[in-house]
Amino acid sequence: MILRYLIEKEFKQIRRNAFLPKMIIMFPIVIMLVIPWITNLEIKNISLLVVDNDRTTTSQRLVHEMEASNYFIFKGMSSSYDEAVKEMEKGNADIIAVIPQHYSRDLVNARPAHILIASNSVNGTKGSMGAAYLSNIVVPSTGKLPISVLNLFNTYQDYKVFMIPALMAILLILFCGFMPALNIVGEKEVGTIEQINVTPVGKFSFIMAKIIPYWVIGLVVMTICFILSWAVYGITSAGPLAVIYLLAIIMALIMSSLGLIISNYSSTMQQAMLVMWFCMVCFILLSGLFTPVRSMPDWAQYLTEINPMHYFIDAMRIVFIRGGSLFEIMPQFIALMSFSAVMGTWAVVSYKKNN
Amino acid sequence: MTTFISFIIKEARHILRDRRTLLILIGMPIVMMFLFGFAITTEVRNVRIVLVSSSIDKTTQKIANRLDASTYFNITAMTRNTDEAKTMLEGNKAEMAIVFSPDFASHIYDGEARVQIIADCADPNMAIQQSNYASQIILSELTSAGASNGSALIKLMYNPRMESAYNFVPGVMGMILMIICAMMTSISIVREKERGTMEILLVSPVRPILIIIAKMIPYLVLGIVDLIFILTISYFVLHVPIAGSLLSLSAVSILFIIVALSLGLLISVLTETQVAAMLASGMMLLMPSILMSGMIYPIESMPVVLQFIAHLVPASWFISACRKIMIMGVSITMVWKEVCVMTIMAILLLTISLKKFKKRLE
Repeated sequence: MILRYLIEKEFKQIRRNAFLPKMIIMFPIVIMLVIPWITNLEIKNISLLVVDNDRTTTSQRLVHEMEASNYFIFKGMSSSYDEAVKEMEKGNADIIAVIPQHYSRDLVNARPAHILIASNSVNGTKGSMGAAYLSNIVVPSTGKLPISVLNLFNTYQDYKVFMIPALMAILLILFCGFMPALNIVGEKEVGTIEQINVTPVGKFSFIMAKIIPYWVIGLVVMTICFILSWAVYGITSAGPLAVIYLLAIIMALIMSSLGLIISNYSSTMQQAMLVMWFCMVCFILLSGLFTPVRSMPDWAQYLTEINPMHYFIDAMRIVFIRGGSLFEIMPQFIALMSFSAVMGTWAVVSYKKNN
Repeated sequence: MTTFISFIIKEARHILRDRRTLLILIGMPIVMMFLFGFAITTEVRNVRIVLVSSSIDKTTQKIANRLDASTYFNITAMTRNTDEAKTMLEGNKAEMAIVFSPDFASHIYDGEARVQIIADCADPNMAIQQSNYASQIILSELTSAGASNGSALIKLMYNPRMESAYNFVPGVMGMILMIICAMMTSISIVREKERGTMEILLVSPVRPILIIIAKMIPYLVLGIVDLIFILTISYFVLHVPIAGSLLSLSAVSILFIIVALSLGLLISVLTETQVAAMLASGMMLLMPSILMSGMIYPIESMPVVLQFIAHLVPASWFISACRKIMIMGVSITMVWKEVCVMTIMAILLLTISLKKFKKRLE
C-alpha cells in the first residue's frame, strides 16, 4: 500500500520538474530523427585524383570511366604523384589513381601493366573499400563469375535498419540508467533521504518505488521509437513486438538497478554521473552494438559475456531485424533474467537506511 | 599573485580529495584506450560459416579447407538444405552460409557449378566485406590464378595494416579532453554557485576573472596529464606511430583544451544548477563530440545539413588536425585551416562568456 504512495511521489517529482518531462518526450524524438542519418558507416563521397602519365587514348578512356562513376567525386587531374599526395595531405583527396607511363603499350604487348591506387586509409574501412571499388573500375572484369551473393534480412543494405534497434537500446539504457543514478544521490545532496530513512518504509518497497517509474518511462520511450521508426523510416520490427517489450522491461530493470546501486554508493551527483558514464561506455562498446563481437580479441569476448547489454543487443537484432521469436532468443533471455535478479537484489541490499 | 596561487591550490585540492572522481578521470582514458584500441575493430575475423552442399566432393572440400584455414572464417556447421542454414542465420548462430550447387565438382567446367553466398545483412558494411573476402577465396580456388592483363596495385597509405586504432586514437583524445576540460570545469563552477560558496569567493580580494582562471588551471593540467597518458598508451601499447612532430601535436592539443575550457566556462555562466550543467554539457557537448566529430562516423557521409552542424563542433576540427599530424605526419602548415578555426572559436567563446560572467551578486 505504501508502495503506491511512494510511486505517486516519484511521478509527481518527475512531472513537476520543469525539465524532465520535456526531455523524456523530446530526447527520443530528436535522437530518432537525427542520429540515424549520422550513424552511417556507408562509405560515400570519396574524392578521387588521377595522375595520367601515359596520355594515350586508352588511358584517357580509363580516366573517363573513373570520372563517370558516381561512387567517387572526381577532383580532376594532377600533374605528378607528389603533387597529388600533397593534396591528400591537405585533405582534398582520399584516393589517388596513377596510370603509369607506357600503360597502353604494355597492355598491347601483354606485358604487366599496373595502375597504382593509393588510398588514404587512416580510416581503414574507408580506405580499403574505396580501393576495392576503384580497382573494380580500372581492371576489366574477366567474364561472368560463378558466384552470387544473396543478402538476407536487410535486402537493400540499409544501414538504418541496423542502427535503429541499437539506438532504441541506447535510449533505453540512457534513460533507465542515468535518471535513477542521479535520483537517490540527489535526495542525499538535498537532504530528503534523511526523511525517508526515519519512515517505516522498507528497503524493498523504497527501491521498487524508485524502479517502477523508470520502467514506465522506458516503455514510453520505446513506444515513441517504434512509432517514429515506422512513420519516418518505414522500418518495422520483423519479429513480434511483445517479445521486444518483454526484453525492454528486463533491460530497464537491469539498468535502473545499476543506476540505483551506483547512486547508493556515491555521495555526490558528479561522482554518480561519471561512474555511470564510465559503465555506459564500457557496456556500449563491448556489446557488439557498433562493431562485431567476433572480431574482438579473446579477452574482450570474455568480457562481453558479463555485459547484459551484449545479450540485449543480440536478442533485439534477432527479433527486430531477423524476425526471430522468443524461442530463438532463449539463451539471451535466460541470461538477462539472471542479470536482473542479481542486480535487483544488489540494489535492495546496497541501500542502507542507517549511516 | 600569492592569493591567485592559493586559489589554484584550493581548486587542485578539490579535485585531489575526491578520490573516486579523480580515479575515474585518470582511469577512464586508460580503459577507453584499451577498449578502442583492441576491442573495437571492424576487421573481418572468426566469421562463422555454414556450408550447404548436398554432396561433399573434392572441390567443395578444398574450398572449405581454404576458407577454414584463413583467419577470417571458421566453418562451424554443414547442412544439406538451405532452409536449415537460414534458420541458423536467423538465430545468429552463423554469419554466413555458402551454398554449392549439386554435383559441384563434375560441373566445374561446363559452367553449371555455382556458388551462392548468403550473407546476414543485418550489419550491411560487415556483410559486404565478408562476402567480398569469401568470394575472393572461392574464386582463387576455382580459377587457376591466371595473370590477367592490366591489374591494379593497391597501396593503403598511412595505415597499411588497416588498424582501427589509427582512426580511433585522435577521436578518443578529442572526447576525453572534452569531458575533462568542458564538463568538469562547468560543473565545478556551477557547484560553487549552487552551494552558495561562490559568494564567499566573490567577496575575496582576488578579481573575479582570476577566480575563474584559477578554476580552469587544474583542469588544464589534468587535461595535459591525460593527453600524456593517451599518447603513451597509443604509442607503446597500441603501436600507433606519431608520424608528425610531437611539438605541433601538443600545440594543437593545447589549443583544443583552451577551446574546451572556454566552452565549459560558457556553460557554467549560462546555467544555474549542477544537473542543468551536466545535461547541457552531456547533450550539447559530449553527444556531438562523439557522434558528429568524425570520430566513428565519417562526416562526409552525412546529409549536408548535418555536415554543416558537424563543422560547428570543435572536436571535429581537432580530430581532423590530429589525424593529419599524428597519423599522416604532415607539417603544421598543412593544418592551418583547422588551427585558424579553433583559434577563432576560442576567442569567440572566451569573449562571450567573460562578457556574460556576472561579477555582482543578485
